[in-house]
Amino acid sequence: MALVEAVGVRKSFGHTEVLRGIDLEVERGEVVCLLGPSGAGKSTFLRCVNHLETIDAGRIWVDGVPVGFRASGGKLYELREKDVAAQRRDVGMVFQRFNLFPHRTALENIMEGPVQVLGRGRAEVRAEASELLERVGLAEKAGAYPAQLSGGQQQRVAIARALAMKPKLMLFDEPTSALDPELVGEVLDVMTSLARDGMTMIVVTHEIGFARSVADRVVFLVDGAVVETGTPADVLDNPQQPRTQQFLAKVL
Amino acid sequence: MASEELVVVPLRHPWRWVSGAVILLVIAALGWAMAEAQIQWEDVPGFFTHPVMLEGLLNTIVLALAAQGGAIVLGVVIALMRLSANPVARWFAVGYIWLFRGLPVLLQILIWFNLALIFKNISIPMLFSVPTNVVMTAFVAALLGLGLNESAYMAEIVRAGLSSVDEGQTEAAKSIGMTPLTTLRRVVLPQAMRVIIPPTGNNFINMIKGTSMASVIAFLELIHAANNISSRNLEIMETLFAAAAWYLVMVSLASIGQHYLERAYGPR
Repeated sequence: MALVEAVGVRKSFGHTEVLRGIDLEVERGEVVCLLGPSGAGKSTFLRCVNHLETIDAGRIWVDGVPVGFRASGGKLYELREKDVAAQRRDVGMVFQRFNLFPHRTALENIMEGPVQVLGRGRAEVRAEASELLERVGLAEKAGAYPAQLSGGQQQRVAIARALAMKPKLMLFDEPTSALDPELVGEVLDVMTSLARDGMTMIVVTHEIGFARSVADRVVFLVDGAVVETGTPADVLDNPQQPRTQQFLAKVL
Repeated sequence: MASEELVVVPLRHPWRWVSGAVILLVIAALGWAMAEAQIQWEDVPGFFTHPVMLEGLLNTIVLALAAQGGAIVLGVVIALMRLSANPVARWFAVGYIWLFRGLPVLLQILIWFNLALIFKNISIPMLFSVPTNVVMTAFVAALLGLGLNESAYMAEIVRAGLSSVDEGQTEAAKSIGMTPLTTLRRVVLPQAMRVIIPPTGNNFINMIKGTSMASVIAFLELIHAANNISSRNLEIMETLFAAAAWYLVMVSLASIGQHYLERAYGPR
């Protein structure tokens, strides 16, 4: 069974239908990039995968568990926020605006989840957090507060914070869109090495180059629906749908 | 011409000298008037440390701390209700703030103190029943009057603080699996503190002075203590000045405490 299975996902904000029946499967170890114009529903779909948004129709399973629900006796029972929180432990998320905790240092940001959510010992977690900081190339910034870090550094700490929970799945919501162009590379490098290590990733991005070199599959969304999907070579170099051709002609 | 050294002549401010002199003159005149006043200055230190005054001081401190402490706890609860998804809780909070912020503190103290006129007993059927007269002492009435009024202000301060924290912070906390309670305790409240502490400090300073209203129901705080002493020796101004000195001491200490609290929760 695929790690992520989305079937007929629909979502409206007021009268605007943002997702119009999305079907998507993501296999273990697969890296899927969601591309498409603004307002296509890429970010909204990603946020539905860890129940930051509640879907109106359809289902999303992560590792066989319906997100936000408990299956029992042929029915799906909506979960309390506390139980949804338990489901989210296994899914890491990286935000466009980093969202680091400004009152904690880089190291403390990474330790927060394992200590407060998993109740693990500080000493052991501290050692792991230091390793993670080293992995994202920021060992010397352990004691720095987010305000003292550049955007690229903050985003790398945010990735480490998500990894500290040892997630099965990582969601990236336009992780480089808020960065100065010269800082984009360092974040993409970390994401590339994560992909090489076999992490399952869903990435909403406008970085076509990253999608081409790292993604196993590219999904092209327009107006809340999947227009085209396939390997980067198929979708990016030989798009079949006119809408995809139009979009790529503009961004490439 | 260009190589010539030019001397800079600073702008003169003659009016600063004039206005400075006027202010000093006014202060000197006030000082002279005070020295000429018909007041027994030498008695003031004695009233400052008079046992009745010290008892009033202690009662003032206890009342202010208890009322402010209770108001902070209640204020957090009302603020959470105000932000809750439950419409009944939301409307209750709005009504609570409207009522307790809307009425003068003095009026609220008087209503609590006279509660026995309309309710002989305070009781929950089958559980307990006590005569209102016994429970509603001057201290309790003052505590309720000051504390409930302040809790309405605290609710608004806490709400503003919680709302000031970026939504992304809550989402980040959720994304690492934090429960709503942990999110509040570890992520939202510490950041809201920066917004909450300065007005809370100001309100506490107001609370210290507001305890003086309890003198109307004969609670032995500083003003009532001063009146007690002067009723025997008729040195009204001397005892009031001694009380005034204690208020200034307390307010100064509170300001220093606020300064350190603000620094502890200040921006990194």
